[in-house]
Amino acid sequence: MKCPEKYIAYMHEYLDEEISKEDALELKAHLSKCGDCHRHFQELEKSLALVKSVAHIAAPGDFTMRVMNALPKEKKKVGVQRWLRHHPILTAASLFMVLMMGSLLSTWNTEKALSVSKQPNLVIDHDTVIVPEGAVVKGDVVVRNGSLRVEGQIDGNATVINGEIVNGEKYMASAGQVTGEVKEINAIFEWIWYHMKNTAKEVVNFFEDNESAEEQSLGVAVFL
Amino acid sequence: MDAIIKKRIKQVLKGDQNAYAEIVELYKDKVYQLCYRMLGNRHEAEDMAQEAFIRAYVNIASFNIELKFSTWLYRIATNLCIDRIRKKKPDYYLDAEVSGTDGLTMYSQIPSDTRLPEDEVEKMELQDIIQREISNLPEKYRSVIVLKYIEELSLNEISEILDMPLGTVKTRIHRGREALRHQLRNV
Ligand SMILES: [Zn+2]
Repeated sequence: MKCPEKYIAYMHEYLDEEISKEDALELKAHLSKCGDCHRHFQELEKSLALVKSVAHIAAPGDFTMRVMNALPKEKKKVGVQRWLRHHPILTAASLFMVLMMGSLLSTWNTEKALSVSKQPNLVIDHDTVIVPEGAVVKGDVVVRNGSLRVEGQIDGNATVINGEIVNGEKYMASAGQVTGEVKEINAIFEWIWYHMKNTAKEVVNFFEDNESAEEQSLGVAVFL
Repeated sequence: MDAIIKKRIKQVLKGDQNAYAEIVELYKDKVYQLCYRMLGNRHEAEDMAQEAFIRAYVNIASFNIELKFSTWLYRIATNLCIDRIRKKKPDYYLDAEVSGTDGLTMYSQIPSDTRLPEDEVEKMELQDIIQREISNLPEKYRSVIVLKYIEELSLNEISEILDMPLGTVKTRIHRGREALRHQLRNV
């Protein structure tokens, strides 16, 4: 036990694989003639071998599931995001809404007065726009905040926003005739869809070009 | 594997929670093992390992994607275990020298009734004996020994995980090995 401390230090340097060649040779030479140090070194190696021998244990089978269940609830937008990835049209729709909602809503709310597309032979009676019998209206007819009665003919589409097409019967069976599409738009949602159709293409392009747009779209999807 | 982990982390950062399951799968055994060897108790080990993964998830935005994820994860797990050990029993003073005992530490003065009787020891599986002796190491030696000899990490990684200078890691490993030598030489 009179041995210099350095031999213990060498042993640890050896175990850390950081011993110099010369020191390693010196340690080896010393161990071959010193029983105490030799035993010390063997005990070190034995204890490390024992520690390393403990079988590697695996986490319980349900470990991952339990971790996943314990995670803070996924932010809603993430679930929506995953869902939107599979519904690109709705993604475009929701993006559209984020961009347009503000202005559309204000438009929807502020326009209370009856308005109608300008065609000379339309007749306005209170809040009802009439296509008189025998008259042929050229072009699309759009009525806002009022009703449309078709007794004659519209040579184009008929759209009624926040109102209805009267006659008591469905469009084509009605007295008059509309050559194009006929549509009533009453809910805000439909109103938005109506606007969307014209801009959908731009929206999709915009969406594809703009990463950050995805984030915006999510907000709206949650809102929905 | 690092590429997969990076990809999954990016997905998690974008909010895709499911991508995290794969990360847990890849590291669960190592983290669980680390906690078990530190705490010596399967139930506690599972709690701590789960907590480590939950914390890593919650704080994933603060993880530097250019660094090694396992190092960061092990750091979280090791710190949790160390906190747990310190709360459980104040063994951080066990290796403080007791005045007037000439280098004798509190550790060697632990009353013998906390040790198992000889015949009980013989009935224990060798594995249990080794684990018991790992658990008997003072916490500051235990963490370096477990990281080095169970998790087989490099001294540099251990230094990062424990946020400790390399020299300190080496000193602790040396002392840890000497403590193990004392505890295990008669096994
Ligand atoms: Zn010697």
